[in-house]
Amino acid sequence: MRAVGLAAPFAATGEKVIDMVAGSGRLALFLGRFLRELPPGIRYHRLFLEQCIQIGMASMPLVVFTSLFVGGVAALQSAYQFRGYIPLVYVGTVISKSVFIELGPVLTALVVGGRVGAALAAEIGTMRVTEQIDALETLAIRPVRYLVVPRVTAAFFMLPMLTVFANTIAILGGMLVAVNRIGLSTVTFNRGMKLLFDVDDIYGGLLKSFAFGAIIALSGCYFGFQTTGGAEGVGEATKKAVVASCVLILVTDYFLAEVIFRLLFG
Amino acid sequence: MIEINGIEKRFGPTSVLRGVDLEIPTGQSVVILGRSGCGKSVLLKHIIGLLKPDAGSVRVDGVEVGRLRYNELAELRKRFGMLFQMAALFDSMTVGENIGLALREHGKLPREEIAAIVAEKLSLVGLRGIETKRPSQLSGGMRKRVGLARAIAMDPDYILYDEPTTGLDPVTAQQINVLIRSLQEKLNITSIVVTHDMNSATYVGDRLCLLYDGRIRFDGSPEAIRRSADPVVKQFIHGEAHGPLTDGDGEIEFSRGDKTAREVS
Repeated sequence: MRAVGLAAPFAATGEKVIDMVAGSGRLALFLGRFLRELPPGIRYHRLFLEQCIQIGMASMPLVVFTSLFVGGVAALQSAYQFRGYIPLVYVGTVISKSVFIELGPVLTALVVGGRVGAALAAEIGTMRVTEQIDALETLAIRPVRYLVVPRVTAAFFMLPMLTVFANTIAILGGMLVAVNRIGLSTVTFNRGMKLLFDVDDIYGGLLKSFAFGAIIALSGCYFGFQTTGGAEGVGEATKKAVVASCVLILVTDYFLAEVIFRLLFG
Repeated sequence: MIEINGIEKRFGPTSVLRGVDLEIPTGQSVVILGRSGCGKSVLLKHIIGLLKPDAGSVRVDGVEVGRLRYNELAELRKRFGMLFQMAALFDSMTVGENIGLALREHGKLPREEIAAIVAEKLSLVGLRGIETKRPSQLSGGMRKRVGLARAIAMDPDYILYDEPTTGLDPVTAQQINVLIRSLQEKLNITSIVVTHDMNSATYVGDRLCLLYDGRIRFDGSPEAIRRSADPVVKQFIHGEAHGPLTDGDGEIEFSRGDKTAREVS
């Protein structure tokens, strides 16, 4: 029965709260199933390698292209803000620090999250609405073990690799702009990079990438599994997967920064 | 033997099954008839444990499906084959990989033996040499036949057919009917066919059951259904627009000189 009058906003809020609680429960159950299926699911080597190619290799051009510009704009912005106050030798320092700690891992995760999260949600969502997931069940094959485990493990291992490439290309992009547009020499840029270089910055960034990879694939698979209806349902699942993975990446980034940089390297 | 006792199922406010009772002896071919959306596929999904009933039970050879743990349910499912309405072939695999998937997953057969079984099942459904094709390269009828080959790959004791002839032209539909009948005779498989196609039902079924208002309204032979005096059964088998089956649907009004139909409810 639908509430009317003054009760209507309270009823609508109540429904939203119930939906949220139910959604959290479904997500927790999904995570539980994933963790239970993880050890036996590791035997699907071929599917894992296929997903490594789909998630990792195929994302490479996009990551290279975006990282080049991220490094470039970081050089331009830092030179603009330093001018007159801070020596430009620190441009290299700022670029390397920001790329290794934040820009590399986070922007790579956001770009790959858009591409891979959407693709996974659409693929699994289509399998759901065309009864292919039911067909797996009737063949006595566990869908989470067969579909989710290879995708999540592939994303877990491929995202740090993509981040290594993204870091390298972003630094190169920064160097190109610093040398050609700002007028720094390569030697000055390199000296700036080495000034406050700390290898733990790279490890910290890469550690975050593992978590981001798992978040991207889990949210794509989760929303794919929850798909109902037809094409509209697949579109909705895709949208939710991308939004959820972007939000979760940024929220997780904050909490991991707290843990990694205060507790471990504090 | 499959025993369905008092199954009830609701989806939100809609009550789809309201106490279905049915017994299907081993080796029999039973057709479940009913209008679109009456719960036929829902009933089929309860038999194989894809859905759990709100009340009642399904027993397969004395084992209650709803009480099985996931591992036990997987073991039971190996004795079933299911043909889905749109075939539900895996797009990312070839025809051969689709049919051989369960064999690869559950057995320790060498590749050559799996390939031989796949070829044998394909020839049983009248499709030879298409192992390397993708599902997207197949027609609707071929997809259904590949789906059927996949369903029989593990030599099941039971096959569930969900609308096997829906969306097919009359000739292809009859080819599927012949195939279902011949598989049942050759392999002595217990078949449960869900359909609203009366031609298909009378051809493949030893026994026809009409699902109406969440319950089994008629249960009998193809001859008995033709002789039935029940107005619901008569309206369904003659495909009449007006009658007890459609009383709640609203009236369909045709205006002269206008070819479009307007629904008034």
